[in-house]
Amino acid sequence: MRPAWSIIFFTTISGLGLGLAGWIVIGLLPLMTPASVMGVGIATLALIGVGLISSTFHLGHPERAWRALSQWRSSWLSREGVLAVIVMAGLAGWFATAYGGGRVPFWANLVLLLLIYVTVYATSMIYASLKTVARWHHPLTPVCYLMFAAAGGLLAVLALLAILRLPITAALAQAAIVLMLSAWGVKLAWWRVAGMAPQAGSIESATGLGALGAVRPLMPPHTEENYLQHEMGFVVARRHADKLRMIALLLGGGLPVLILVLAPASAGALAVAVLAHVVGMFVERWLFFAEAKHVVTLYYGEAA
Amino acid sequence: MTMLPEASAIKLGLVIDLDICVGCQACVVNCKEWNTAGYGAPLADSDAYGEAPSGAWLNRVHAYEAGDGADSRTVHFPKSCLHCEEAPCVTVCPTGASFKRAEDGIVLVNEDWCIGCGLCAWSCPYGARELDPAEGVMKKCTLCVDRIYNDNLPEEDRVPACVRTCPTNARHFGDLGDPNSEVSLMVAARDGIDLMPEQGTRPVNKYLPPRPRRAADETPVSLVAMAEADTPKGFWKWVDSTLDRLG
Repeated sequence: MRPAWSIIFFTTISGLGLGLAGWIVIGLLPLMTPASVMGVGIATLALIGVGLISSTFHLGHPERAWRALSQWRSSWLSREGVLAVIVMAGLAGWFATAYGGGRVPFWANLVLLLLIYVTVYATSMIYASLKTVARWHHPLTPVCYLMFAAAGGLLAVLALLAILRLPITAALAQAAIVLMLSAWGVKLAWWRVAGMAPQAGSIESATGLGALGAVRPLMPPHTEENYLQHEMGFVVARRHADKLRMIALLLGGGLPVLILVLAPASAGALAVAVLAHVVGMFVERWLFFAEAKHVVTLYYGEAA
Repeated sequence: MTMLPEASAIKLGLVIDLDICVGCQACVVNCKEWNTAGYGAPLADSDAYGEAPSGAWLNRVHAYEAGDGADSRTVHFPKSCLHCEEAPCVTVCPTGASFKRAEDGIVLVNEDWCIGCGLCAWSCPYGARELDPAEGVMKKCTLCVDRIYNDNLPEEDRVPACVRTCPTNARHFGDLGDPNSEVSLMVAARDGIDLMPEQGTRPVNKYLPPRPRRAADETPVSLVAMAEADTPKGFWKWVDSTLDRLG
């Protein structure tokens, strides 16, 4: 599938922002001063919001994007939009309350936490619900998105703690390490299990000509690459997939874990860890799209 | 509204006869012409006369070789929207632009609502949807909804453009919800098939597979023997040898 930059940016940055927000609403980041509430609040909402706005850049008609909030009853894309708007409003309320020195009730924090993770789940289901892309249509796909949001968010919490000169307990640093390793563990499993998932169907079932014997394409229906091939048959990634996976793993998981082990209290080092994680996630998300193959390519004679 | 409607009694669709199609591409061209000139945004091309021409088409004809050896054959394979009963392109649409008509089952796009996100094209296993390169909205086969109900056209023209133009009568249009319609009888008689049944889309359009080849039940006539002239006799033998002698 063609990796659109705006979508990669959206899922990576919004995912990180939502993960961060999830840890903040359960009180993992004690915000003592109004200034820190303001700063962290703006940063969190900006991550989620910028991601969302960038996701409209690949649209043919971005000015109509508001219409995408209407079909939540059937469409995961619509659900994702609706949930993101609700979560952003809820978080704005949360930070406003904290800024005013108030306390958000326990139940409201839990509801907000739940909505945050349902939003991440909805993002993943936009892709996981597509039967036409075997690699995405797998129960582990949402698990990857949820785990990376949680792991990236916790890493960002640690970086913010260090920047705000607040203490980072050893337990918290260890939790961040375990979570990051688990997230990449799930991703490695996804690469093996979902990545190897054979395409449902074959050129014989696609054409219905299997009864005659093996089917081979003779002539394409057009002389130049068309929209379908441009959109669904992206090939660059598959050539370098192994190298890119290693880069994603080392930047997105290896370096942050190394920093968490060696310098869990240094603001500078943790900022580098967050940055490396984001770059690694960019590569991971790029591969998520670029490696995926659509079932329509069967009509063009590509092996499943 | 992108929830699928209750299954309609009338299921308009196409039946495509793979035994007959010769791959002339007339349906492809007439489809493009009709849908460029009719409703909504024109069906655009980009760089039409340049180095890498591209464009949106709603109907494309592939060609395949099926089988091996003496029994292999060439099959021309037209492909357009199958107006599925469980249309995934409808339910994934976030805006309600993609919809299935309750009255006849035709799957359409409301071009004024479409945001051009492309998710419907991703959800379609058949590659039936293409984004218009100029207008940024999704384009698909409308089953020529602007022809089939059009009282301004002579009655024989009130069928999809691809069906009207097919010179070999390989494309048929009708109500596949009515078991006694001409198209339904054709599907029953020829064991019409669904494409990619494993996707669970339940297409309305059906394909008629190529008929089994007739068995060669007698020794073929020797064309070489037919081509060899008989040795002339009598008068013609005299003419033949005389002309030979004259050089």
